[in-house]
Amino acid sequence: MNPVVGVAAVAAVSLATAVIGFYGLRVSRTTGDFYVASRTVKPWWNASAIGGEYLSAASFLGVAGLILLSGTDALWYPVGYTAGYLMLLLFVAAPLRRSGAYTIPDFTEARLDSRAVRRVTSLVVVLVGWLYIVPQLHGAALAIRITTGLPAWVGPVAVVAVVCITVVAGGMRSITFVQAFQYWLKLTALAVPIVFMLLVLGGTNAPAAAPAVNPTAVAPTGPYQIISLLVALLFGTLGLPHVLVRFYTNPDGQSARRTTLIVLGLLSVFYLFPTAYGMLGRVFAADLAQSGQADALVLLLPGRVVGGAAGDLLTALVVAGAFAAFLSTTSGLVVSLAGVISQDVFGGSVRGFRLAALVSAIVPLGLASMTESLALAGSVGLVFAFTASTICPVLLLGIWWRGLTDAGAIAGMATGGLLCGGAMVAGSVLGAALTPSWLAQPAAWTVPAAFAATVLVSRATRGRVPRTMTRLMTRLHTPERPLATER
Amino acid sequence: MPDSPLFTAAAVAVIAMAIAVVVAVGLKVLRSFRDLGTDAERATYKTLHAASRAGQYLRTGLNPAGAAKASRQLRTILGCDALAITDTTGVLAWDGAGEELRPALMGLASRVLDGGHLAVIPAGELVLLAAGEGGRALTPEVERAVVIAPIKAGARIVGVVAAFAPAAGAGLVRATGEVADWVATQVELAELDVNRTLLMEAEVRALRAQISPHFIYNSLNAIASFINTDPVRARELVVEFADFTRYSFRRHGDFTTLAEELRCIDRYLLLERARFGDRVQVSLRIAPEVLSTVIPFLSLQPLVENAVGHGLEAKEGPGHISITANDSGAFAEVTIEDDGVGMDPEQLRSVLAGHSDGEHVGLRNVDARLRQVYGDDHGLVIETAPGEGTLITMRIPKSQPLHDS
Repeated sequence: MNPVVGVAAVAAVSLATAVIGFYGLRVSRTTGDFYVASRTVKPWWNASAIGGEYLSAASFLGVAGLILLSGTDALWYPVGYTAGYLMLLLFVAAPLRRSGAYTIPDFTEARLDSRAVRRVTSLVVVLVGWLYIVPQLHGAALAIRITTGLPAWVGPVAVVAVVCITVVAGGMRSITFVQAFQYWLKLTALAVPIVFMLLVLGGTNAPAAAPAVNPTAVAPTGPYQIISLLVALLFGTLGLPHVLVRFYTNPDGQSARRTTLIVLGLLSVFYLFPTAYGMLGRVFAADLAQSGQADALVLLLPGRVVGGAAGDLLTALVVAGAFAAFLSTTSGLVVSLAGVISQDVFGGSVRGFRLAALVSAIVPLGLASMTESLALAGSVGLVFAFTASTICPVLLLGIWWRGLTDAGAIAGMATGGLLCGGAMVAGSVLGAALTPSWLAQPAAWTVPAAFAATVLVSRATRGRVPRTMTRLMTRLHTPERPLATER
Repeated sequence: MPDSPLFTAAAVAVIAMAIAVVVAVGLKVLRSFRDLGTDAERATYKTLHAASRAGQYLRTGLNPAGAAKASRQLRTILGCDALAITDTTGVLAWDGAGEELRPALMGLASRVLDGGHLAVIPAGELVLLAAGEGGRALTPEVERAVVIAPIKAGARIVGVVAAFAPAAGAGLVRATGEVADWVATQVELAELDVNRTLLMEAEVRALRAQISPHFIYNSLNAIASFINTDPVRARELVVEFADFTRYSFRRHGDFTTLAEELRCIDRYLLLERARFGDRVQVSLRIAPEVLSTVIPFLSLQPLVENAVGHGLEAKEGPGHISITANDSGAFAEVTIEDDGVGMDPEQLRSVLAGHSDGEHVGLRNVDARLRQVYGDDHGLVIETAPGEGTLITMRIPKSQPLHDS
């Protein structure tokens, strides 16, 4: 494949991101348009932005790769990624918007009236964010290596550089529009090539190879793994730092709910396409699975099926979409991590925010360069498990249970973090072959353990229920006055 | 998956945490080996340390949580078996042995609470007295001497400190009296804190901006001039004026959202334009992400009024005001800029410091409220010079879970 095409696609996406970021809102208005200028972000825009931020390398590349490897069992990943938003819709979106808190540490501090809880939550949030950025950078390394032939490190460095420059130079002023743009770009980048591929295949009477073929002979997934994976994905979505920040953009709790509903629709549509790539890949690119390049399936398939100049163009589109995925998720995470770090470490100054943005982008770059990726969807699934065992219990119980105390929250986060982190480390020490499934997919037992620890310690320290609890709970669960933006 | 990035990353994180713990413990151990002076110096240090710790716990006044922690520290100072702190109605905290005496303590303390004098109950009488006060029959093992000292905050008696020891020597009696006086000082400080908070709240309420009488007068005059020439417009202006006053006279809440404040500014500018015509030009650039940010009620309108009044009124020809709101990390940054006559920075400084009542009292009001609510880092930032226009910037934290809009 022509490497220039790949480079051009990457450059175009980076440039478009920066330009929209800087100039998206440079439209000044005169007083006559006061009404237009002070219109809040509509749920549709915000939902597209959430979709743009949420659909990471794991969704864009990983899901198709996993379907190539293990067939329909891998469909649980898109199901879980999407259904997580159902949990968000039912239990978190509206109350969290009403809380007026901007980040998860802000929320826990206000709810439990405790600086210590804030510090622990911040630590966990930063850890989750870093762990989540690493697979994005691995995805970038993979995409650059496959499509341009450049050394793999160029990809992560390019992503981090673009994100740092835009965030530090204030290019995230119109972050909503950047992220919304990225969602539609990603959708187009997957949808257009698949249409072309189906047209080409339909016209040529392609070989009807047995699609049930299992290229790597991966053992079928047992019910325990499926349940554990679903627990991780359903509860993990609740605690993702970059997703929650976005709900602040909604003017009230009701529109936060409507936004979540639209996100559910947008994600469902999106995941049709990686699934289709995976299924086509089983027929036409089964060799990728044997050579350990399953995650590159989405990038290579259009070139193989269509071929020629058209194939190059379609590949360029897919590469652009993939880069949009790395950039949007990474920048969303960097902005929200920088918010948390600058607040807790640098005292919230403008310079502190920039410094914090650099820290939150460069640390994962270091981690990514020291490690190597095997399966994007799997690594992201583990981050979800970690989030589900640490932040999720505190968030859910904080919103829905009056009895939560600061000691209980810290105990829960520590229990979940140690158990889940311990399982991850033990898994890496034992190796994939020796790791029993309960260690490889720890969420099914670490999440209940974290909940149990939170509840038990809270019961034991009943006297520490903060005095502000009733007031805050009332605020979380009663509808607010409508925002007066309409005439 | 031995090479998986997450496993490795998690391993790195765990190792880093382990190193941090080892370093912290090591530092603590090293510190404990340092030379800490003679026995007397150490005793003084211990007493002062315990007192300062107890002082922190009592800073919120006499409440069960603070008293429980403070009583532990105070007992180490007095070196007695048990120490209790009460307020006028019940036992707040009990530290140490003999907790079965707790129900009887208020009875024993009632004399002290009424009379305000320190009372000593020698060993041997306690069980009898406690039984007499309606307590359960007690075993002789709890028999102790008790020193009960009143906590006098000002002229009031707000509670007692009771120290239980095998024998009530003169040293314990005097020390208990001193401890009670010390607790009284802390309680007075706590009351002072409460008063200061109330004062701050009252100040914020008093500072709550009022729309200026000049503006009402000018608007009504401007509307009057349209009644004959353009009755439709006059009617519209009256409606806008009514809406504007309704917003600014509202009674509930000290906070509003940026969106509502912008609507208020819209109405205000409409009325000003009735007066100035095309001389006032306004442009806006608002990031929709920050529209729902909570801000103090009427904190932007006075700034725009300042820009119109002092920036443009004194200037010849048309004037331009630009209002922007940006998303800046965890903050919303709002700027108001005019190209009017500007201000003298020195004079402005003295107005903001409260030394003189100049023309820009509206600015001082907003500045003071922002500092009260968000801390000294969040006051107004004003860049100006005579003839150079004025740029006012405010940075508001987006996260305000405790403020209702």
